[in-house]
Amino acid sequence: MSDTVSSTVRDIVRVEDVRKTFTVWRKRGRVRRERVVVDAVDGITFSIAAGETVGYVGPNGAGKSTTIKMLTGILVPTSGLVRTCDLEPSRERVELARRIGVVFGQRSLLWWDLPLADSFDLLRHIYRVPAPAHAARLAECTELLELDPFLATPVRQLSLGQRMRGEMTAALLHGPELLVLDEPTVGLDVVSKAKVRTFLRDLNAQHGTTVLLTSHDLSDIEHLCNRLLIVDHGRLVHDGSLDALRDRYGGERTLVIDLTEPGPPIDVAGATVHRIDGPRQWLRFRRAETTAAALVAEIAARYPLRDLSIEEPAIEDIVHRIYVDGA
Amino acid sequence: MHVSEAWTMYRHLIGARVRSQLQYRTSLALDFSVSFVVTFLDFAVVVVLFQHLPALGGWTLPEIALLYGMSGIGIAIADMVIGQVEDIHVDIRSGQFDVVLLRPVPTLLQVMASDLALRRIGRVLQSVAVLVYALAAADIAWNPARVALLPVAVVCGAFVFGATFVLGACLTFWVVGSTEVASTFTYGGNQMTSYPLTVFGPWLRRMLAFAVPLAFVTYFPGLYLLNKPDPLGYPQWFQFAAPLVTAVFVVTAGLVWRTAVRHYRSTGS
Repeated sequence: MSDTVSSTVRDIVRVEDVRKTFTVWRKRGRVRRERVVVDAVDGITFSIAAGETVGYVGPNGAGKSTTIKMLTGILVPTSGLVRTCDLEPSRERVELARRIGVVFGQRSLLWWDLPLADSFDLLRHIYRVPAPAHAARLAECTELLELDPFLATPVRQLSLGQRMRGEMTAALLHGPELLVLDEPTVGLDVVSKAKVRTFLRDLNAQHGTTVLLTSHDLSDIEHLCNRLLIVDHGRLVHDGSLDALRDRYGGERTLVIDLTEPGPPIDVAGATVHRIDGPRQWLRFRRAETTAAALVAEIAARYPLRDLSIEEPAIEDIVHRIYVDGA
Repeated sequence: MHVSEAWTMYRHLIGARVRSQLQYRTSLALDFSVSFVVTFLDFAVVVVLFQHLPALGGWTLPEIALLYGMSGIGIAIADMVIGQVEDIHVDIRSGQFDVVLLRPVPTLLQVMASDLALRRIGRVLQSVAVLVYALAAADIAWNPARVALLPVAVVCGAFVFGATFVLGACLTFWVVGSTEVASTFTYGGNQMTSYPLTVFGPWLRRMLAFAVPLAFVTYFPGLYLLNKPDPLGYPQWFQFAAPLVTAVFVVTAGLVWRTAVRHYRSTGS
């Protein structure tokens, strides 16, 4: 190869017009069954650059898991192109397995009746990781995820939060370039969730590991991802930053104003009062029409202002609206 | 994956399984004894049968014991090493099979490495005991060929039964709830190969000889060991064909397994 190496960041995942259809047999009458072809993934295109943290969101049955399975080589796509770590997952599954880590919220990478530490040791042999590299990564995960107190505990006796921290370690011990997490925080308590999030953020910052995350919990995505892919009915309906999503679908923000005493509704251009509670008033405004700064300046000049805050539209509400309206 | 690497990995995984079974020694000892006693009762039925019959299909008790022992060791070892493949449908339904597909190791090797049922050693020992009895009581004119053929046939038997387990498991990729059908061939096959082919009707005979080639690892080599003429008139080379037939059958099972995994990866179920 020549030395004119492209300076652009390499794509870890590249998906072009990928489709996956499943054939299901639906009952019609007593014996007769009808063949129905379901498009689980119906022509999706996107790519993920090395070092990105991307959220992949969609309602149940939207095609999230199917996409993940095609990226990781579990499922073979019906048509289209999939490249993960420059490999074709469906044909180079074993080679790809060394370079990615996958955590499923609902499945386990660990050995149920063995102490957690033993599972990690077995994984070293499965992935054939050199002992020093393995030890270094394990030490790092043990410290950051605070595994020490339960390393000797059989996996079946771990709490869900402890087990999930173990699963995450299991997926990372071979030093993958891409970490895929399918619903990693399902059922976790607030403390465990926070630990997992901090860990993933550090992982991305320190090691440049690319992270692809699906979650029902959009606050996971909000805390972790700078980019969001939304899939619905097997199609990609949004690909961009959270801010872009808000601009596009949830332009309305809310300014909460506390006046020194109750008064008439505030009347300013570009915003409308939609609720009053004593001295507190809620004003809605659109990003496109005015800025928070302009509004605050005008209100402060004309009304006895005591305090204020700005509420962004909940990402949940926006995504929900996309599903309901079909974007 | 290199064979030596595969072996190292297998040893570590199995070592862990064995250690966790040894944690429950009492339960293991109990399982072990029960399996030993139950299989002994199984052979006792044959002995009782011979209290009333001088011979069965032209075979005496020690001669039948030879077939029983060879077949029994084969299935017990196969069951111990790869019998857990029968439960693959549970992993498929729960999605745990996806985890198998995400590891850089051949799928069947992972299934083999997932368990080693120590309690089945009871069964192995029982079959060894029956075989020892047969070798002592039967009239065998030992020569180098016979000395070599016995272990070869037993090892081939383990492979053929192992391949039968795998083929049965493949069926469950397509047909939900077909585990019972698979058992007909594995455990049922063991029951049948414990007796000479001559006691079965022609249809069953052909199935045992050619569909699931269990006769090639028990009945045919048994004829040679005992220096008996084959009343069914099959060619004499059948008696030495165990390695060849086993190789073909094992490769076939491997290819069917691959097809089954491919089917799973295209349908997701």
